[in-house]
Amino acid sequence: MTQLPGLLDTEAIRKDFPVLDRVVHDGKKLVYLDNAATSQKPRQVLDALSEYYERYNANVHRGVHVLAEEATALYEGARDKVAAFVNAPSRDEVIFTKNASESLNLVANMLGWADEPYRVDHETEIVITEMEHHSNIVPWQLLAQRTGAKLKWFGLTDDGRLDLSNIDEIITEKTKIVSFVLVSNILGTVNPVETIIRRAQEVGALVCIDASQAAPHMPLDVQALQADFVAFTGHKMCGPTGIGVLWGRQELLEDLPPFLGGGEMIETVSMHSSTYAPAPHKFEAGTPPIAQAVGLGAAIDYLQSIGMDKILAHEHALTEYAVRRLAEVPDLRIIGPTTAEDRGAAISFTLGDIHPHDVGQVLDEQGIAVRVGHHCARPVCLRYGIPATTRASFYLYSSPAEIDALVDGLEHVRNFFG
Amino acid sequence: MKLDSMYQDVILDHYKNPHGRGLRDGDAEVHHVNPTCGDEITLRVKYDGTTIEDVSYEGQGCSISQASASVLNELLVGKDLAEARKIQETFLELMQSKGKIEPDDAMEEVLEDAVAFAGVSKYPARVKCALLSWMAWKDATAQALGGADAERKTA
Repeated sequence: MTQLPGLLDTEAIRKDFPVLDRVVHDGKKLVYLDNAATSQKPRQVLDALSEYYERYNANVHRGVHVLAEEATALYEGARDKVAAFVNAPSRDEVIFTKNASESLNLVANMLGWADEPYRVDHETEIVITEMEHHSNIVPWQLLAQRTGAKLKWFGLTDDGRLDLSNIDEIITEKTKIVSFVLVSNILGTVNPVETIIRRAQEVGALVCIDASQAAPHMPLDVQALQADFVAFTGHKMCGPTGIGVLWGRQELLEDLPPFLGGGEMIETVSMHSSTYAPAPHKFEAGTPPIAQAVGLGAAIDYLQSIGMDKILAHEHALTEYAVRRLAEVPDLRIIGPTTAEDRGAAISFTLGDIHPHDVGQVLDEQGIAVRVGHHCARPVCLRYGIPATTRASFYLYSSPAEIDALVDGLEHVRNFFG
Repeated sequence: MKLDSMYQDVILDHYKNPHGRGLRDGDAEVHHVNPTCGDEITLRVKYDGTTIEDVSYEGQGCSISQASASVLNELLVGKDLAEARKIQETFLELMQSKGKIEPDDAMEEVLEDAVAFAGVSKYPARVKCALLSWMAWKDATAQALGGADAERKTA
């Protein structure tokens, strides 16, 4: 077996993930390389979910009975865990949403309805990048269309990085918000946060970071990042679906208006008007995803028991190995950085003129799960003149043997369509 | 191997040597996409009365979607609209069968090479690939003939 420095003991870790034992298609061992789409869940998270429903289930922040108090403590305890996980100065800066898309839409809507100095209107500009997931493009297009603001973006270089050569023309005195991805879900690129934030701060623009592909894979410190908002989702980091996070700086959350109205987010309500609860509750209308928050808390405990720095090192070693092995496959072109430097563990590629759908289908027949398509980042495909890519993405339980299986599988694909 | 049920030789042949590919003069043009995977097709129809004079197309996509467009061209060009509709409806029925329909002789007579797609119907994610050009043809036909069954506007 291939030994690489920095690798985790994946044999031990895999015992925590029941689904990884599955065999598919008449006895093929599952090789799950679709972690950028969603991660698998360890037993510890599954147990936390069922224990919550079996022992504590109640609505939160409402009842005076035992279960209501325990459920509230578990839900708010999960908030504490998230706050510690991202090194937030205050637990009140952690808003639970249903996913990263909702988190990003929430920021866009806060700014659309805000008063000065935050208000986005027809005299102002919004900045994103060409490598964003659709969830960090469409909310800003909607905001631009509704307010008349101008939407601008950073383009990409040929080697899959942000082209920041015109940063002073893109981010200007008119810019109200700069929203960009920390790690690209399609290219794998890790973006230079500091450079962008420094320029945004010069012009007084707010900064929102989509950390969906970062939070599961590396230490995340919102204070070190110096952003104003950071969004991510639970299901890519061993948690359940239906739970996302928006971290926001406290003074902003105090100043900015709510988006969704309903129960939980109010202070007092009359038929004429209402006043609102302080953040984070101001932004959590209705019964929240309680079990899912508890599950996310369990996922954070699990990841921290292994160590985010160790997970980062493991994935870096795997990525180095993967780009080296993939380079041996004839006609394979990596879309994105071709080395492991400043790169995450999601690797997109094309294979000659074999369409990714066909690549994915033949890999699936061998038990290898990859993602094919435009990965909700169609502008990236347009930029590189390709219809789609095949993407393999790794996580803490991925092993060099699985990369070998992928490389063998791709050889089989080439023979099949050759 | 199960894959062979999807990737029949007929399909791979059409994929590698497509019939009628390329855009030519037409009465109507549509552009359809499969948003989940990025398959795209631009398709034109040309009618002489109710006879299909030409179906020309250009697109990008997987072997299934490309082969399906090629089969469509081969099957429909020269046919009368009523007959073409019957072929389209039979193909739709087959593709929505989830692998449950084993094409009989009557179906084979209608669908000819298109029966090779029977295996694709077992793969829900790929059914849309197979249907992309057929839906585009239906849409283009409605536009060309001004029929009331114009289901959706060109994307």
